[in-house]
Amino acid sequence: MARITAAIASSHVPAIGAAIDNGKTEDAYWKPIFEGYEWTKQWLKEEKPDVVILVYNDHASAFSMDIIPTFAIGCAEQYQSADEGWGPRPVPTVVGEPDLAWHIAQSCILDEFDLTIINKMDVDHGLTVPMSLMFGQPDAWPVKVVPIAVNVVQYPPPTGNRCWMLGEAIARAVESYPEDLNVQIWGTGGMSHQLQGPRAGLINKAFDNAFLDDLTANPQRLRDMPHIEYLREAGSEGIELVMWLIMRGALGDHVKPLHRHYHVPGSNTAVGHLVLKPE
Amino acid sequence: MKQTIHEYLAEFEDIPGTRVYTAQRGRKGYWLNQFCMSLMTPENRERFKADERAYLDEWPMTEAQKQTILNRDYNAALDEGGNIYFLAKVFSTDGLSFLQAVGTMTGMTPEDYQAMMIAGGRSPEGLRSIKDGN
Repeated sequence: MARITAAIASSHVPAIGAAIDNGKTEDAYWKPIFEGYEWTKQWLKEEKPDVVILVYNDHASAFSMDIIPTFAIGCAEQYQSADEGWGPRPVPTVVGEPDLAWHIAQSCILDEFDLTIINKMDVDHGLTVPMSLMFGQPDAWPVKVVPIAVNVVQYPPPTGNRCWMLGEAIARAVESYPEDLNVQIWGTGGMSHQLQGPRAGLINKAFDNAFLDDLTANPQRLRDMPHIEYLREAGSEGIELVMWLIMRGALGDHVKPLHRHYHVPGSNTAVGHLVLKPE
Repeated sequence: MKQTIHEYLAEFEDIPGTRVYTAQRGRKGYWLNQFCMSLMTPENRERFKADERAYLDEWPMTEAQKQTILNRDYNAALDEGGNIYFLAKVFSTDGLSFLQAVGTMTGMTPEDYQAMMIAGGRSPEGLRSIKDGN
């Protein structure tokens, strides 16, 4: 039987990807960010997950203004790195897990979560930067990936509560999958940042650290947090944090934090990272 | 009681220095954003760079929208319905990072903006609500 054994939360800043691709991880500016992922890289080598359900948002790469799914699941055999305007990141092809993905799609739809099924798409920094942070620069990624793409660009994005419930539905789907798979779920994006307007550059360390605390201590507060609070406190792009609640919802009532990292800045963004285990 | 969609949307106009990407902005900026998406191939980037005006004229955008791109005035582009993740294709074509391009919207010099980020970023203090001034 497949099971969700652990979860990872992480920012997915594009400049982090560029720092890795251009060999700058030892630079004074970048080093404190990457050091915070060393524990996780080692831990992943021991955990050896088979599949990662990777929750992220597409940044106008696979989805233009033509089609905007609120929740979409990648059911493809593989995904290429998107050309976001500076050429595709030089990373391995992301290999999918179509059998599990279709199982999750079917199960969730009958569980009243109508996921959009994606059989062809490129994946942007939202998905590939977390992969690079956790696995470095291998010739091939050591896990298969089920992408879950969430709309947080065109308002309204889904509510925190809806994200949480989707996480619960995904967990039920995984538990009913007959193959013996070690599955992790990752929530990506955030933390506080604003990439637009005169208020750009906003960072809120107090908000971010309370968010990291409450994923363990008081997830109900986060589940009930309205969009306006993310916007006011964490900046317009801080809304990406709502996706972490899909990850958290999949873990059940109680979790144990295994590792935590927070650093400002990564480009315009507060970089946050957490590893959680269900209890 | 649950908020109505009207109340939900009205709150977004109360955030200083911020354009939330609502349906209204999405509709207004449709072609501006679709033009941006076209820059995701090297061939189109080359054609755009060779003659920006001619390339823009291939799109059913308003003149005001075209001017925001020609001027690289990203605040004006937001007002014309642009979204930053779409506009990123334009500044990436220019070889600018998010840090470099985003800073241009703040009225700060690139050096000052970078220094502010390294010092911990912009505080939300006084920038949460126009109405409440907090």
